[in-house]
Amino acid sequence: MVFNWFQKKKKSYPDFWETYLSSFKDHEKQAIPETRFVAFDTETTGFDSKKDRILSIGAVAFKGKSIPVNNTLELYLKQDVFNPKTVEIHEIIKNNKLEKVTELEAIKIFLDYIKDAVLIAHHAKFDQRMMNAMLARHGLGELKNECIDTGTLFNKSKHIIYKENLKDHYSLDDLCTELNVAVTDRHTASGDALITAFVFLKTLARLDKRKHLQWEYLLSR
Amino acid sequence: MKNSIAERVGDFLKRYPPFNLIKPTLLFDIASQVTITYLEKGNTIFQKGDTSHEFIYVVRDGGIGIHYDNGGIHDILNIHDKGDIFGLQPLISKDPYQVTATANEESIVYSIPVDIFQRVTDNNAKIQKYLITVFASNIDAPYSAEIAGKIFVDYLPNQAQDLVNFQTANYTKNPITCDEDSTVQRAAIKMSLHKIGCIIVVDKSKNPVGIITNSDIKNKIATGLFPINTAVNKIMSSPVITGKKGLTVAEGQLLMIKNTIGHLCITKDGTVNTKLVGVLTHHDVLTSLGNSPTVILKEIKRAKRTRRLRSARLKANVLLKRYLEQNIPISHSIKIISQVNDAITTRAIELAIKKMDAPPPVLFSWLSLGSQGRHEQLLFTDQDNAIVFENVNESTYQDTKSYFLKLGQLVTSALNKVGFEYCEADMMASNPAWCKSLSEWQTQFKHWILKPDEKAILLSSIFFDYNCVYGDKMLISSLTNTIYDTLAETSLFFKFLGRDAVKSPSPLGFFRQFLIEKTGEQKELFNIKSRAVMPLVDAGRLLVLSKQVRDVNNTAERFEKLAELEPENKELYNSCSYAFKALLKFKTKQGLQNGDSGKLIDLETLNKEEKLKLRRCFKPIQEVQEVLKIRFDLKNFI
Repeated sequence: MVFNWFQKKKKSYPDFWETYLSSFKDHEKQAIPETRFVAFDTETTGFDSKKDRILSIGAVAFKGKSIPVNNTLELYLKQDVFNPKTVEIHEIIKNNKLEKVTELEAIKIFLDYIKDAVLIAHHAKFDQRMMNAMLARHGLGELKNECIDTGTLFNKSKHIIYKENLKDHYSLDDLCTELNVAVTDRHTASGDALITAFVFLKTLARLDKRKHLQWEYLLSR
Repeated sequence: MKNSIAERVGDFLKRYPPFNLIKPTLLFDIASQVTITYLEKGNTIFQKGDTSHEFIYVVRDGGIGIHYDNGGIHDILNIHDKGDIFGLQPLISKDPYQVTATANEESIVYSIPVDIFQRVTDNNAKIQKYLITVFASNIDAPYSAEIAGKIFVDYLPNQAQDLVNFQTANYTKNPITCDEDSTVQRAAIKMSLHKIGCIIVVDKSKNPVGIITNSDIKNKIATGLFPINTAVNKIMSSPVITGKKGLTVAEGQLLMIKNTIGHLCITKDGTVNTKLVGVLTHHDVLTSLGNSPTVILKEIKRAKRTRRLRSARLKANVLLKRYLEQNIPISHSIKIISQVNDAITTRAIELAIKKMDAPPPVLFSWLSLGSQGRHEQLLFTDQDNAIVFENVNESTYQDTKSYFLKLGQLVTSALNKVGFEYCEADMMASNPAWCKSLSEWQTQFKHWILKPDEKAILLSSIFFDYNCVYGDKMLISSLTNTIYDTLAETSLFFKFLGRDAVKSPSPLGFFRQFLIEKTGEQKELFNIKSRAVMPLVDAGRLLVLSKQVRDVNNTAERFEKLAELEPENKELYNSCSYAFKALLKFKTKQGLQNGDSGKLIDLETLNKEEKLKLRRCFKPIQEVQEVLKIRFDLKNFI
């Protein structure tokens, strides 16, 4: 099916993109403990998905509750777009000594890393939008992965009598305080990705205590 | 590729031994192979008898309990904190684990592959020595002596054999002392100030020369034998019996028995000619060995750190288990555990007040709510609590409130460390909504009573069962007065409570089968809390409130009181009281078995007799619900 659809469009995609898509072929939902999750975060020059660029991507992959440190992702991207306003936050100064890759290389590595994993991000919409904009610049489609936003998930874990006090917006720091996650290495992509993974695991544990978790519930908005 | 996470893992490890002995570049090799694991409270890392893993472990956050289990004997050997290394069995031999490691609270653990760790540390004698000490002190009871002795025979210095055979006595460091020429009065003031039963008399070079105990003061001063301004060296017992630093509990106990004394001075080299470093009391020995309510309560009252409170509470759990096994009446167990819980809360508050910058600005009371308030909390469950403080004028209100909020935070976080989880619904004194002045609380309760809604009823099961654990009792009396005065004005609130109390029908279904939970994972389980315990609790509360009965919080006692007040329903109420106690026992046993709150019972695990017993408890539930329906005219209200 997938291939027919592409043939109709008569557009040829690079191999790595086809490989990425093929990982969704025969994709079946596993039970939550057997599912591969990837928590990721991007550091950008700003908040405009059209004008701004991704400076770095951090990601950690895990199944169950264990995160292997030797299989994390930490990419720094070569970018010409530069916004002096946001540099203070993440300190990825242009042309410093970090080893950097091009956008296209970053995409290749990132897609090969995530495969068909369920993605997790804090303010997931923003990171997704930035990623999709980058993919579009290189003539590729959008990310196909399921994506869970930690803020939305956190709201689901709150007790019913506080439903009226729920916020639409929690900063990652808010959640760390609420869930007692030690904050180290904030504002680096890989540090934030690791923190996001902890926030996710801790929220999941609180949800799981009350009910047998179903995918529909986890992915609903 | 750069790996910042591995760098941070390395930064953490290098702060703790033995990793501080490893070169940074090698440490990074280790750090980059670490797996970070998140554990929920109660998750097991390895179990006694498991083949040893290919990892050793380091606590990143939280606490990991090391347990030893042998045919029902359950011992907690140690609780590892941040930075502690544990699970070293695979470094020693391929034998299975001798102990079980379980998360004592929500934790994060680093797993370090054994092969890389060994490659890096192999030729480092200092590291080897450190690891051996850790291993030996971890498995410190007689059952491991054999194993440890066998393995470490080459490494261990001679006297260390004792270290392995018995645990080191946990004596009081920096004991309270007085000079030879001070008066008995001054010594006694010091003793009462520090709440201690003895004081050591030291000479100029701080060597111990004598000891004065409570009984010396009773026998020599209170009887008029000596005036209170006598110099201490006139009445002290001298010379003192001494022991060396690092002596074991068994050695300490032996010395005490031999010399018929209750206090042992610990000095640098074990003689009276060196500096005093500590005191080992008979109580310390009992604490290490024994397990009785009085010892536990004493330990709590003297605890200076949350960690001590935690170990005391864990001991209470062991005690509880024994009581249940020996069929000690549950009402007795309830009283003891409640006392332990209240004592822990009180001590946690006292310790928190010490940590604050200033003493409390006005009078306040600390309320336990829900099951702790009803004195029905046998196992570790969520904490529910609140603060009531004296009314203050507007100008100082904000400062007062923030003082008590801060206090609330310190206490709830300490209780959490002890093992009482944070309340899921945040009904705790650290929440601004539940830390209020007396008049605010009065308004709040009036509002709940006069304008009842779903939320008010939901909260009533927690808030109407309050019990003052600490602080000013008068504040609470005024609050109770307001509540009963307001209750007299309305009957609507009772109807709401009544509707709630009968909403869970008798747990026996149409076919006399248990109604079991049908949702998800818990489908074979019977929810004893919501189906059986809570209906009785709700009914008891409603009846007691409507009868204006004060200060009886425990559900069993409430029904006993009601039986007195309504002789016509005596039989029913007494059977409710009995059923409640039986259900609580079921729940507690189940909880101890599974290490949780015990609210879900696996019916499969019950034998026929137990099932019958459980069923018998359901009859009074049904009957008391009928009484409620008629008395509060709920037929049309439901």
